[in-house]
Amino acid sequence: MGGRTDLTRRAFLRHTLLAGTVLAGFPTLALAREYRGGHQWPWESGRADVPHYGLETDTFLTIGERQFVDAATARLIPSDDDGPGAREADVVTFIDRQLAGFYGRGQRWYMKGPFPEDVLDTQGYQSEYPPADLYRVSIAAIDEWCAQNRDGRSFADLEEAEQDEILTMIEEEELTVTGVPLATFFSLLHDNAIEGFFADPIYGGNRDMVGWAYVGFPGARYDYRDYIAHNGQAIVMPPVSLMGRPGWTAER
Amino acid sequence: MDRPDLAPNTRETRVEKLPSVDVVIIGFGWTGSIMAQQMLEAGLNVVAIERGGWRDTPTDFAPTMAPDELRYYWRHEMFQETARETLTFRNNISQTALPMRKWGSFLPGSGVGGAGVHWNGQTFRFLPSDFVAKTHNEERYGPLPTGMTVQDYGVTYDELEPHFDTFEKLCGISGKAGNINGEIVEGGNPFEGWRSSEYPNPPMEMTFTQHRFEEAARGMGLNPFPGPSANMSRAYTNQHGISLAPCTYCGFCEKFGCGNYSKASPQTTIIPVVMRNPNFTLRTNSEVLHINKHPDGTRATGVTYIDADGRTFEQPAEIVIVAAYQLQSTRLMLLSGIGQPYDPRSGEGVVGKNYTYQVMSSINVFYDEEYTNNFVGAGALGMIVDDYNGDNFDHSGLGFIGGAYIGAWTTNARPIESHPVPEGVPEWGSEWKRSVRQNFLKTASISVHGASMAYRQNYLDLDPTYTDHWGRPLMRMTYDFTVNDRRLTNHITPIAEEIARGMGGREVKVNSREGAYDSVPYQTTHNTGGTIMGQNPSESVVNRYLQSWDCHNVFVMGAGAFPQNAGYNPTDTVAALAYFSADAIRNQYLQNPGPMVQA
Ligand SMILES: Cc1cc2nc3c(=O)[nH]c(=O)nc-3n(C[C@H](O)[C@H](O)[C@H](O)COP(=O)(O)OP(=O)(O)OC[C@H]3O[C@@H](n4cnc5c(N)ncnc54)[C@H](O)[C@@H]3O)c2cc1C
Repeated sequence: MGGRTDLTRRAFLRHTLLAGTVLAGFPTLALAREYRGGHQWPWESGRADVPHYGLETDTFLTIGERQFVDAATARLIPSDDDGPGAREADVVTFIDRQLAGFYGRGQRWYMKGPFPEDVLDTQGYQSEYPPADLYRVSIAAIDEWCAQNRDGRSFADLEEAEQDEILTMIEEEELTVTGVPLATFFSLLHDNAIEGFFADPIYGGNRDMVGWAYVGFPGARYDYRDYIAHNGQAIVMPPVSLMGRPGWTAER
Repeated sequence: MDRPDLAPNTRETRVEKLPSVDVVIIGFGWTGSIMAQQMLEAGLNVVAIERGGWRDTPTDFAPTMAPDELRYYWRHEMFQETARETLTFRNNISQTALPMRKWGSFLPGSGVGGAGVHWNGQTFRFLPSDFVAKTHNEERYGPLPTGMTVQDYGVTYDELEPHFDTFEKLCGISGKAGNINGEIVEGGNPFEGWRSSEYPNPPMEMTFTQHRFEEAARGMGLNPFPGPSANMSRAYTNQHGISLAPCTYCGFCEKFGCGNYSKASPQTTIIPVVMRNPNFTLRTNSEVLHINKHPDGTRATGVTYIDADGRTFEQPAEIVIVAAYQLQSTRLMLLSGIGQPYDPRSGEGVVGKNYTYQVMSSINVFYDEEYTNNFVGAGALGMIVDDYNGDNFDHSGLGFIGGAYIGAWTTNARPIESHPVPEGVPEWGSEWKRSVRQNFLKTASISVHGASMAYRQNYLDLDPTYTDHWGRPLMRMTYDFTVNDRRLTNHITPIAEEIARGMGGREVKVNSREGAYDSVPYQTTHNTGGTIMGQNPSESVVNRYLQSWDCHNVFVMGAGAFPQNAGYNPTDTVAALAYFSADAIRNQYLQNPGPMVQA
């Protein structure tokens, strides 16, 4: 120890050689550091901690799985006379990118066993499958069930009313498949659909901020001091994303 | 119980011994940074060890990135990763506890600033009677029921008053005093304990929901007052010369860092002073594994920690301050074998005893014409009624003790989290979607923030099956709401409903607290107990100075010290206890190191 530098990045090179348990133990890019008091504030320029929002090329779902997710989320958040739904928001792309990243891998979740059968409702997610794998096995099981019970059609090929009926059966645990926690999958899909409809557009869903515009959420504006005294009146303003909004982009 | 195996599951077994320091602090959140400042001011040299990384406003929560609901709340960017360490949970001792694989009910922080980065800033003092809950309630209502293990804190409100005042000035709390030196002041909370001075900043500017709540509550003869807030109502400079900026009511407070320097957090109030002191060293991405005990058992010799490079160090120190949040502090005491673990069968032992929480319920008011515009919100923007908190009302014949504040906070309209719909609306499909749109900007929410009394069966210990990423036992939580909790919430929720009905909406929806405690929906990160304070070693882990009864140079901060939880958010009281402890270390312990209270 002891170097008199105000910011000591210890053993940077050694870190890059690390593997296995130790790396898994700390979040990505975690570097042990020592900061000595009495020197500069340990801020570094140009190092803003940007989000991992996923790339167009990050995909996990197969074409068939995408069709399922598209069809199912369009039932959860339908496109209708009242306004846009999961399809306009491109929820399927949001979900695909999420599943391709740390979220899909369950990387930050506790995924060690044992995974007992008997689980209390109050104990939460107890599937041995991280999200991406849960999508995979559940979609296969549901499409298989549809093929057997709905004249060889897959879920995406069914009429909307039939899809609603099947989703309801899954939600209420009337349709079950041994070894596949379909009700857990339903609740995950439901959560992810809402996320994809309402998350910042940088993540691929809520395209053109349709979800925000639909409910009247102004987005990432960060200063409403002028509106505190609204006194129950509507405040109308177009939404803004972390990447700005179309009106701000110069014509090219 | 055997001392658990302490060897971490790493390939490196070599432990490098570092030069000794005066004070080592485990965790660099709210209490860790307060204690660092206090110990440095006393001229000591201090090392703080934090398992997460460095974080500062412009790098980690700049306004251009901070309002990202998915990243920070739903993907848990600022919280402890369950993959590294979580807890197991069950409702009662007859069940098998299973790991909380992803967070739900509460959200422990990680990284410099701790949960102080992503708190809301609702900053209440506990009532004078809360500190003497056992004596006070027994004097007024007779003996406590069997199984209820409520205790006095061992420290009084009067002793803590100057320390509450220090923390509130550190943070620049915005509020209105209701009792200055015993004089009741119009507009404040007439039930609160005396204050030596007015709040450092005026209340926040209230909005539509608060006006309606205030009117309705006054109409019922109640005493509404502005919620004490760590969001700045104006620019402020604290006693250390650190400046905070006015709050912009951005609606991204709790679960997010503040990009405007407008929420009091360790970063915006105290860490800058600590970092300027040459006697201070901070080690980040370094996790303390356990506290080392001297062979004679009467004191600790320091701590052992492992850094992100996988290297293990021993950091010797004269004083060990455990400031790792209630959950991790309790677990560290269990893993280090300091204090006897609690056994609910015999009622013997103390570490892990009296785990308590917070009993929350809420009411939504839906409007037809008026807009509540909840996106114009702040973490602690609210009007509160305290008439039914603590022992502010007569409990005769009610069958419970303690109470709740009823508050109309407008904190956010973050759409993934907050899209309330009235009773009877389905959870998905066209009807749900339309109802979300209709009600999104037209809903007020009233919350009932209930106390939680300690019972013999609710406790923390080490799990027999599941392990953390180093292969060491996770902590196990055995917890359910108690008969006191249910009576409390059943009594006070209807009062909140009556206020809600007076707020002029189309309809209300009551979200009562029913059934078993559920670890899934977020409730509060107000976990308390486990390292409780008290008057003697047979019923507490630490004495009134937060000093371990077993190892006199170990001081355990945090809400773990609460013998039971009051009907308020914890942090003002957590901080006041930390300052009280620091004062005792500086003015008594350093002159004569040893137990400050004789057992
Ligand atoms: C979403 C949210 C909202 C909240 N809102 C409010 C509110 O409105 N009002 C209120 O009064 N309170 C609120 N709280 C609670 C408040 O944040 C805590 O009371 C406060 O931060 C506790 O301070 P602490 O020092 O005990 O813990 P923290 O501030 O959490 O600091 C503990 C630190 O210890 C570190 N640590 C833990 N284990 C180890 C280890 N083994 N080795 C090294 N480091 C370790 C952690 O990483 C963390 O940085 C809220 C909390 C959350 C999560």
